[in-house]
Amino acid sequence: MPALASLLCGFIFGLGLVISHMVSPTKVLGFLDVFGIPSGAWDPSLAVVMAAGLAVTGIGYAVVRPRTPIFASQNQWPTLTAIDGPLVTGAALFGVGWGLVGLCPGPAITDLATQSPGVIIFVIAMAVGMVVHDLWQSRAAAAAARNLPAGATADG
Amino acid sequence: MANFTPVSAAIGGALIGLAAVLLMRFNGRIAGVTGIMDGLINLHSDGRLWRLAFIAGLIAAPLATALVGYPVAMPQTPGSTVVIAIAGLLVGFGTRLSNGCTSGHGICGIARLSPRSIIATMVFMAAAIVVVALTHHVLGGL
Repeated sequence: MPALASLLCGFIFGLGLVISHMVSPTKVLGFLDVFGIPSGAWDPSLAVVMAAGLAVTGIGYAVVRPRTPIFASQNQWPTLTAIDGPLVTGAALFGVGWGLVGLCPGPAITDLATQSPGVIIFVIAMAVGMVVHDLWQSRAAAAAARNLPAGATADG
Repeated sequence: MANFTPVSAAIGGALIGLAAVLLMRFNGRIAGVTGIMDGLINLHSDGRLWRLAFIAGLIAAPLATALVGYPVAMPQTPGSTVVIAIAGLLVGFGTRLSNGCTSGHGICGIARLSPRSIIATMVFMAAAIVVVALTHHVLGGL
């Protein structure tokens, strides 16, 4: 049942991306191209997508958060709060990649349905980027563990 | 603003929000596409089935709209495979480093009023705007 529910959520999410045209890199770049503001060619649609998405999610989360999920024992509510180097650096790197092609992860995966060679290359590269990050993180964690003084243990 | 489509943008955005709320209600999970995808390819993560199902749902959406007569147009991507690959690498690495993308930070995170997500969204928006300004108006397109 959790998988079926998740399939439905992914489908609704994908429908939202299709109906809002956020699956189109051209549409997304039309928002990111601020030179279009003075010339009148700017497309504010992405801002409307975000505003509508935030309104529904904001109200919906307020209703749903105190309740136990139907198919899970508890909500996996994010606990990170630090505004740190990795957050800002990662977001900047992501923004550069997003601006280069006009694809972010949700639309890129949804666009796999079109079998566009460019999208397939993008998603494979995205997966490689994630694997590189995770390998780098686990190596860094292993190195940090080796450098602990004798008898020291991690938190908890 | 000849290309502005406020009605379809509002309907689509509301559906994205609905999906995020339902995923929390059903499975207690954040609808962050990067987190879901990373959990699918990371050997140490749990819950591979629901992640795979969410991704399958995403891909099924344009197939379903095509069946009822509204196919998604072929996405326009840069001609250079190198540019596409570099962009993909940056998106994959960057979203993992910052723990979220347009959905996880931009929608779910800001909806939770998370300062982390608000900062992340401002940074990736600003970076993308600068890159588009440079590539489209200084370099004359990719």
